[in-house]
Amino acid sequence: MKIFELLSRRRSAPLARERLQILLTHERGATGQSGLIAVLREEILAVIARHVDVAPEKVDVRVQDGDELAVLEIDVEIPRAMARPRSPWERGGRAA
Amino acid sequence: MAEVLVVTSGKGGVGKTTSTAALGAALAQTGRTVAVVDFDVGLRNLDLVMGAERRVVYDLINVANGDVRLQQALIRDKRIETMYLLAASQTRDKDALSEEGVRRVIGELRDRFDWVICDSPAGIERGATLAMRYADLAVVVTNPEVSSVRDSDRIIGLLDSKTIKAARGERMEKLLLLTRYDKVRAGRGDMLGIEDVLEILSIPLLGIVPESEEVLRASNLGAPVTMSNPTSAPARAYMDAARRLCGESIAMTIPSERQNLLSKLFGGRRAA
Repeated sequence: MKIFELLSRRRSAPLARERLQILLTHERGATGQSGLIAVLREEILAVIARHVDVAPEKVDVRVQDGDELAVLEIDVEIPRAMARPRSPWERGGRAA
Repeated sequence: MAEVLVVTSGKGGVGKTTSTAALGAALAQTGRTVAVVDFDVGLRNLDLVMGAERRVVYDLINVANGDVRLQQALIRDKRIETMYLLAASQTRDKDALSEEGVRRVIGELRDRFDWVICDSPAGIERGATLAMRYADLAVVVTNPEVSSVRDSDRIIGLLDSKTIKAARGERMEKLLLLTRYDKVRAGRGDMLGIEDVLEILSIPLLGIVPESEEVLRASNLGAPVTMSNPTSAPARAYMDAARRLCGESIAMTIPSERQNLLSKLFGGRRAA
């Protein structure tokens, strides 16, 4: 039984790595760049939300630092069904 | 003119003070003049780890406030004559240290030493930002463990925003010192590997210090590990790191304990 448990135990380091990568992507957005990314994220989210229903956590804004240039990456995930403009007659809420 | 280096981490207990003492001693052992400065006001420990706790008369705050001259507060190491310690105050509160005072002290140390090593307190508050404020480069001490890596990431952000170098728009050099690394556990996939940490933090590697009983033994004795047992694995790791700081290119290895046949046979650790 013990040997079986040992063999079947999943390695924990890959999980640690994955959790860190996800966490730090968000924390860097929230605290880094003297709030610039946080502000950009808020404003981008507001613009997109005017036209498409999007969950706030699906908007990922980050800066990849290179040697000479930094690249601003904006990654917005929207459900397929939502990828259409919201009708002007709708008020708030999600389209049914 | 000195290089001013801050040893920082965000998280406590990862080895900042151990690394400050060991790197300082390793640099001094190569003949360079070194001042190690404890910024952990209220919780000083660098004096204890270096075995100078009974020789502290004046401290960083006394010098920063202009109560005494720098020479009165610097404690010369009894073993390496090119190494000096400036202790932190144990009694004052952390707000007693002024930014202007720190600027003057670092400026004066810069004129007199080849290396000035600032041992940062844990955390991300005033003490930590003051320790890094006037530094030219930073050694970020990290354990291969999630909370330490997260806090290091945070500290890297502070180094890029709160230092004088960053304020001037210059690039702050940051180097990773991975401590308490266990090759066997990492190999089994039960500890973050070197590549994992490097990829996540994306700063260059200064050295890998293996987990070792010698580190506790050194602090028990009040000596930097590079002096208490110079041939031990952590001592060799710190000496290599110090040489890399001086610009030498040394292949990155994870030193392991050398065991001779006798100690293998008897398995015992000899007393000092």
